[in-house]
Amino acid sequence: MRASRRDFFGRVSGWLGAVALGGVGAHAAADTTKMQGAPVRAYGVRAAYEKAARWLVPSRYPTSTASFTPLAALHGTVTPSALHFERHHAGVPDIDPVAHRLLVHGLVDRPLAFTVEELGRFPVTQRQYFIECSGNTNTEWAGPRGADVQQTHGLMSCSEWCGVRLAEVLAECGVQPAAAWIVFEGADGAAMTRSLPLAKCLDDVLLAYAQNGEALRPEQGYPLRLIVPGWEGSTHVKWLRRAKVTAEPYYTREETAKYTDLMPDGRARSFSFVMEAKSVITTPSPGSTLVRGEHEIRGLAWSGRGRITRVEVSADGGASWQTAQLHGPVMPLCHTRFTLPWRWDGGPAVLASRATDETGYVQPTREALTAVRGVRSFYHYNAIQQWRVTASGTLENV
Amino acid sequence: MACGIAIALLASGATRAQAAPRGLGSVPHAADIAALDIAIGPRGDELPPGAGSVAEGAAIYAGRCAACHGANGHEGPDMKLVGGQGTLASAAPVLTIGSYWPYATTLFDYIRRAMPFTAPGSLEADDVYALTAFLLHANGIVAADTVLDRARLPTVRMPNRDGFVPDPRPDVP
Ligand code: HEC
Repeated sequence: MRASRRDFFGRVSGWLGAVALGGVGAHAAADTTKMQGAPVRAYGVRAAYEKAARWLVPSRYPTSTASFTPLAALHGTVTPSALHFERHHAGVPDIDPVAHRLLVHGLVDRPLAFTVEELGRFPVTQRQYFIECSGNTNTEWAGPRGADVQQTHGLMSCSEWCGVRLAEVLAECGVQPAAAWIVFEGADGAAMTRSLPLAKCLDDVLLAYAQNGEALRPEQGYPLRLIVPGWEGSTHVKWLRRAKVTAEPYYTREETAKYTDLMPDGRARSFSFVMEAKSVITTPSPGSTLVRGEHEIRGLAWSGRGRITRVEVSADGGASWQTAQLHGPVMPLCHTRFTLPWRWDGGPAVLASRATDETGYVQPTREALTAVRGVRSFYHYNAIQQWRVTASGTLENV
Repeated sequence: MACGIAIALLASGATRAQAAPRGLGSVPHAADIAALDIAIGPRGDELPPGAGSVAEGAAIYAGRCAACHGANGHEGPDMKLVGGQGTLASAAPVLTIGSYWPYATTLFDYIRRAMPFTAPGSLEADDVYALTAFLLHANGIVAADTVLDRARLPTVRMPNRDGFVPDPRPDVP
């Protein structure tokens, strides 16, 4: 009896252990079969016992900061909209969807302004895509710094997006031969602006109005945002009000002063859009405490270049690797959940995961990554993440 | 002007129905486009009329920017706007307008749309030209007697203009 209980709690220790202990042990008093429950509700809320929350970076300005997704508390591949990470430069604007317009102009035959309702009358496209901030995991360039997976990897989320392909809307306007880029602009207090190559815009970019089955959340760009599959989060301009078709990029502040990658020789990479393959173990991870015995290692893998084809897991800091199970459907440019059964015998262990995508790209080690890029480039850190299991069963970033 | 004529022609229903596959969207007035057309590319095509000097900029900066960016642009508490030249290849690079930004037009664009932080979009074009001139001068890029306008600003050459390279990834063996 005791042994089997310990096994149960051990296996689920990461995300459910604490809740299960509290729920079963401490509060068994009220017999819910002897009373009426809560009445029906027009818009649901989660159970009062569930506390997973975004982590807000301490900042002088609560409107120009970021919030991080609690990855260790989540299941599957979809991030609940209320827990999707945020990065704003001037807070969340309150936009009336009826008054809002998307202006498409510049090198087009017919400049047009679209209401959100009109965009909804184009054929809908629905896809599940991750969004990762290119600053995600930037704590780790110079060595292990982030306290837990929320701090190291939480600038990343994944949703089902519905919207219209930008290509359809551009066809309505008639793109001229000289066009090569589009400058996108948001309706927030920073009028956030980014330039994107026309080829990507005509390929898979979406004008999204819905996320996970309902209208976008205000902090996710309500009523209209760009989705730029597989590319760095800041290109997914929120509160989108304008798309100007141009011959050249506009070298906005967010693609020069920011979102450029400084190399050791003092030169910087610009328009480094794609998010390369990456993975991280979310369970177990710092914050959970292991007991000896059977566990399931769980994590997420994703690639901005397509599908994840393989995830390997190591329990000895990369000395040996085992192939993990990928939970389908494995979709391109989307979170892929991987799991691997694992027994902890109480000895030293360093857990790590390594993703491979359909281009054959393999997630690098920190040493390999920093050997090429140094430690000052801030953006696009995608190296293998390691968690060391201590003798007491806690985990730490190493 | 040419743009306005084109729009007027396209406003006739027959032309549009023929050309636009779905007939969705409405034709914006040229004035509405112009009012929103605030993104400034390196050629400066969209720069508004107006002008501002380093001296005027210094006065505006002291009143509206210095509290956050420091009296001389590098004391904080918020982002350093001045200094850092020669540090990019060092162990402690300082990325500022002067050390890092490749185009002066970006400075006008960003100040006009996003600063001052507590009142974005509140500055007149003359003020933005002046602040741009002041910050470029503070970084040693233009002379103290500089007056910037739509013709002059795009000709300013930034020290790190050639400091950027295309994305070579995948780059890690
Ligand atoms: C209330 C404080 C505050 C005031 C006042 C303020 N700024 Fe800022 N400034 C900021 C913050 C915060 C940022 C960073 C914003 C972000 O990235 O989201 C910033 C960023 C900038 C940047 C970008 C720097 C870089 O390298 O990316 C420039 C340029 C700038 N400010 C200029 C100005 C000017 C000019 C004024 C006066 C008109 C001004 N600021 C007034 C807080 C302030």
